[in-house]
Amino acid sequence: MGGSLLKPVILIGIVYTILKFVVPNIPGSAPLPASLIFLYLMLTTSGIVIFATLSGESKDAFWGPIQRFLTGENIGSLQVLRYGVLLLFPLIVGWQTYHSTATSDAPPAENRTIHPAPPGEYTGLSNPVAKTPDTIQQGKGFYAAFCSPCHGGKFDGKGPAARGFNPPPANFSDPTTIAMLQESYLFWRIKKGGVGLPIEGMPWKSAMPRWEVELPDEWIWKIIMGEYDGAHQSPRTWE
Amino acid sequence: MQQQGGWIQRLLRALKGQGGTLSGLLWAVGLLSLPALAFGADIAPAATTEYRDIPYIGSRNLVWVVAQLHLLLAGFVLGVPIFAWVCEVVAWKTGEKRYDKLAKEFTKLLTSAYATTALFGGILLFLLISFYPKLMNYLTDIFFPSFIVYCLLFLVETATLYLYWYGWDAMQDGGKKKFHIFLGFLLNFFAFFIMIVPNSWATFQASPVVLAEGSDLARAWAATWNPTWWPVNIHRLIANVVLGGYICGAYAGIRYLSARNAEERDHYDWMGYVGNFIGVFGLLPLPFAGYWLMREVYQYNQQMGITLMGGFLSWLFILQAMLIGVLFLGSNYYFWLGITYRIPGSELKYRKSMLSMLIILLLCLGVWMTPHSLVASLEEARKMGGTHHPLLGVFGVMSAKMTVSNLMILVTFMSFIMYWRAGKEETAGWAKAAKAVMNSLLVLAGIAVVVLGVWGYFVPAIVRINYFSTSQVLIVLFVMLTITPLTALLLKSAKTTTEMVWGKMPPRAGYALVLNAIMVILLMTLMGYARSSSRVHWHVYGVLRDSSQYAFSPALGYAAAIMALNTFVFSMIIAFIFWVATMSDKAKAPHS
Repeated sequence: MGGSLLKPVILIGIVYTILKFVVPNIPGSAPLPASLIFLYLMLTTSGIVIFATLSGESKDAFWGPIQRFLTGENIGSLQVLRYGVLLLFPLIVGWQTYHSTATSDAPPAENRTIHPAPPGEYTGLSNPVAKTPDTIQQGKGFYAAFCSPCHGGKFDGKGPAARGFNPPPANFSDPTTIAMLQESYLFWRIKKGGVGLPIEGMPWKSAMPRWEVELPDEWIWKIIMGEYDGAHQSPRTWE
Repeated sequence: MQQQGGWIQRLLRALKGQGGTLSGLLWAVGLLSLPALAFGADIAPAATTEYRDIPYIGSRNLVWVVAQLHLLLAGFVLGVPIFAWVCEVVAWKTGEKRYDKLAKEFTKLLTSAYATTALFGGILLFLLISFYPKLMNYLTDIFFPSFIVYCLLFLVETATLYLYWYGWDAMQDGGKKKFHIFLGFLLNFFAFFIMIVPNSWATFQASPVVLAEGSDLARAWAATWNPTWWPVNIHRLIANVVLGGYICGAYAGIRYLSARNAEERDHYDWMGYVGNFIGVFGLLPLPFAGYWLMREVYQYNQQMGITLMGGFLSWLFILQAMLIGVLFLGSNYYFWLGITYRIPGSELKYRKSMLSMLIILLLCLGVWMTPHSLVASLEEARKMGGTHHPLLGVFGVMSAKMTVSNLMILVTFMSFIMYWRAGKEETAGWAKAAKAVMNSLLVLAGIAVVVLGVWGYFVPAIVRINYFSTSQVLIVLFVMLTITPLTALLLKSAKTTTEMVWGKMPPRAGYALVLNAIMVILLMTLMGYARSSSRVHWHVYGVLRDSSQYAFSPALGYAAAIMALNTFVFSMIIAFIFWVATMSDKAKAPHS
């Protein structure tokens, strides 16, 4: 069948092994979901097809054996295998189709919008508390009292209570969380909590309390300043 | 009413001396309208109709499809004259007749598509007036002056197009040719305004500026000059060139596949190359324009920005990454096939470079397509500690996306340079030094783009947006603006070692051109949905609320089905138009 087909198969195998077994074992990493592995494998396959069809010779070397096998042209003893593949292929497609449409007791894949759009009344707000060392320190104090049990004393989402939650509390030191958002967004999320998430934020999986019933607005604004300062991040601004 | 009364009185005074004919006419009109008065007497004053619907299809779906088709046709009609005119100027300046023939062929496609575009515009207007009278009343009240301007622009554009197309053969020599080129310029000049005037209506709906007081003109002008008007104008202008280029490329691809003789094969192979080149030429700056637009949207309204980039519409941008990725891969693939088939013997020389470029493109695309929140089963999400992967989650934000899009632009640009240099041997004494400079520039630019991208995670968002992302764009532009003239200079004295051979491309090259066109159409339908959905339940964001039964955002799967339908219908319309336009050519062409 030729080495031209063997190389792509080996390459796909290597990529799969890396994604499935190597990446999860990198310190600080985790297993990749099947959707992402599929995406990367599709990219690899596309690359193989593109490179293999760049010239007439490479195309023939790559596609020729496949074509000969599928048409049964001079393949000798492989004829039985060919019939097997021709029979198996529609069966696999049918099995896959059945599995993707049949009712199942497995929970559906999550497509959670972590940062749903805030209500209009919160979008124009700016922090009314003056940013001074004192107010920041006060904010950190409030944070330590109300937020750190879940979000952690180091603002890394690893507070003592964090292990009990799925999804886990946000890691503020991660540059892809609060650094992407404006202060008004945090004000809305802290004030309204998980129960205040809009329809867009379904399946509303957030154990964040609705702090407006416990804390005055001024404290919330100070907490926001304390969070940014403690996590060494800056809020999104336009100036 | 007073104004109307005065108008009638003035008319009657003016007609006083006109004698019996006019009086008779007025009497006849009066008599004919008597039945209407009889009906009207029994009917109570009707409540204002805000919405109308159409059974089974739904008014929103119908307007969605017609508006998208009109927009796609308009994009083609406004994009093609730009490069048709450029080709004509090139032919005029260099004396190469094939460019004139190409420009004429582009214009033929344009002329055929123009009437269909206007037809869909008319249908859209009737549908909007019928289905959304409240909204249209509101928009008419604000944009009345620009409606008039738009009508006038359409008149002069149509007249110019007629003169440009029908006068092509008659205005081939001397001063006449100059006048014809001037007509081409005018065509583009009017087309630009035809594009930006309706853009003001659409962008006003997303980012309205409403003056409570002032003259009609002042209110219209304030509403026109809204925060997203110019970002959309620039983005659409470039996107129209991309759409036009790739569609012309696809047309050439199909004509190439069905060519009946060597002359046709040569011509359509070359036309496909030009179409792909134009598409790539527009594609390179397009992400920058898109980034600017999104920045303005975000700055205008945080809610709208998050709905698009972080909220439920953020998945569209993963689809967008896939489509743009395929477009980049398709365009590069076409360039590489060109090197292999048009310049015999070059394949071995450049195969390693092509492999490196392909790997970089795929790695970049992998990063671009990685979402911030992943689709994961409950079990997978539990293992990751949420839907955000602790390691690869960093690929999901703008710093990573901007970096890889810049790298992909650089690679695509280098593909073109490679194609340009293939089959030539530089003879200049400074060629070695120039190549070293170009290579160093490219490597340094790539490193700088990556460093800025990584650094972008550790600085405030505003520093990243205003300085780092802008610097990445400027670095890439600098590379393009330096290497292009340097290569041109280098090739001026170069010796051609292998002549370019046209008409030898394999059929898959033609299919790659068609694929690129389909990708760009899908992209436009996708972004059309994103732009419209970002207003959520508002006709005019924050000003005029949608109170119809359709005041909800359609699910992404449903929207994807409509986008696919729009792409299919548009492709069929374009195929039909081209088929009609080229029917006589095919009849004339001899068989090989």
